[in-house]
Amino acid sequence: MAFKERVKVMEEADIRRAVQRISHEIVERNKGAGNVVIVGIRTRGVPLSLRVAEAVSRIEGLEVPVGRLDVTLYRDDLHTMSQPVVKETHLPGDIEGKHVVIVDDVLYTGRSVRAALDAIIDFGRPATIQLAVLVDRGHRELPIRADYVGKNIPTSVGEKVRVALKEVDGEDGVFIGSDDG
Amino acid sequence: MAESRHLLDVDDLTREDIERVLESARSFAEVLRRPIKKVPSLRGKTVVNLFYEPSTRTRMSFEVAAKRLSADVMNFTASTSSVEKGESLKDTALTLEAMGVDAVVIRHPVAGAPWLLRQWLEAAILNAGDGMHAHPTQALLDLFTLCDRLGDLEGRTIAYVGDILHSRVARSGIKACRAMGMEVLVVAPPTLLPPAELEGVETGHDLDAVIPRCDALYMLRIQKERQEEGRFPSLEEYTHLYQLNPRRLGKARPGVVVMHPGPMNRGVEIASEVADAPMAAITAQVASGVAVRMAVLFTLLGGAEGGERVA
Repeated sequence: MAFKERVKVMEEADIRRAVQRISHEIVERNKGAGNVVIVGIRTRGVPLSLRVAEAVSRIEGLEVPVGRLDVTLYRDDLHTMSQPVVKETHLPGDIEGKHVVIVDDVLYTGRSVRAALDAIIDFGRPATIQLAVLVDRGHRELPIRADYVGKNIPTSVGEKVRVALKEVDGEDGVFIGSDDG
Repeated sequence: MAESRHLLDVDDLTREDIERVLESARSFAEVLRRPIKKVPSLRGKTVVNLFYEPSTRTRMSFEVAAKRLSADVMNFTASTSSVEKGESLKDTALTLEAMGVDAVVIRHPVAGAPWLLRQWLEAAILNAGDGMHAHPTQALLDLFTLCDRLGDLEGRTIAYVGDILHSRVARSGIKACRAMGMEVLVVAPPTLLPPAELEGVETGHDLDAVIPRCDALYMLRIQKERQEEGRFPSLEEYTHLYQLNPRRLGKARPGVVVMHPGPMNRGVEIASEVADAPMAAITAQVASGVAVRMAVLFTLLGGAEGGERVA
């Protein structure tokens, strides 16, 4: 199904500011970034996590480890997916006792986040797992909430939220639209 | 695989399907390196290993693959089952159907048995070797190993050497390599070649002549009964003409990959020094087996036709 764009709700500058603010909040809440690991959920959580990690590193003047996570194997809706393909997962070293910040583009039903929690716990026992999202569009099906939100965008279930990022899509922007057809 | 819930032979797969399985297999190889080598993807699914022929590596590899995906596994061995009392394949199939299994991995001495099974069962059927006919997961794990060693396979050359006539490994492997754009040669005594020419495959009898052209050499097992059948005069003569030994390997391209489906007859089709040399990918093939079979089980059982992913 093609995505029919209607409204651009975040410009490039809005996304930049949201990433900056989230990064400051991560540093503040964790009293620095010495024990922080940032993990992006594929696909668009990965470039976002790299941006957050870069900003946190700049604020704190130290290198923050970044990982990427494919949660396909942990989803509870595999039976609804056609031709699932599992992509690479990579966590930077031991996460035992670390503050792991999961980064994703859109928080919707919460099922991807639940899958990510299971996946991370299989790698070790972090001190905390926190969640950062660029957009929270509501309609949770599980008791999950984000610790850091770029923008709350109340939507109807029929609407679609599309996050475009330069690294994947060639431009930055958040759009609300509907499925074409 | 795009249209089918089964994996009966490599013919079922387009190049795109193969690449998708190999990509998933790379991720499963990563899962196998984790401290917890298990993911919940196939929780609640039941996989049956239906083995009418002895096998160690393939059966264990499928069993480990299914268990790593959290599926329940039942093992059926013909020699310890009601087959001994005369139960037919169809009745066994109907029993499995009644138990509601999700996938059946079948190894059978008769070519075509997995196709028969497909008629009686709703479950996904995976061919783990039928007679002299097909062995698609072996072909996929061989491709995975080749990609790992050689990178892009397009335009690369592989030679299958030895008993092509009786080899399901070669039959499926040749199709898979061709699907990936490889040039395929077969080298064997005339008596160990199939009666009909293999499509798009160059056939020869002189191993020394083809070795310098190859990026990969696939040595097939010589079964001793073939010699008793009179397919070739003696093991010594076969060894003299077709064994991959250090002298022959010396003429190969740098970086050549040596493969064998196992179990090896050291000193017959492959010299021990070659089997243990760094260019031999034989243990890597076994290691690839679990990841590739996880990818196949996951692809067949994990998704649904026409489904759509939601965030």
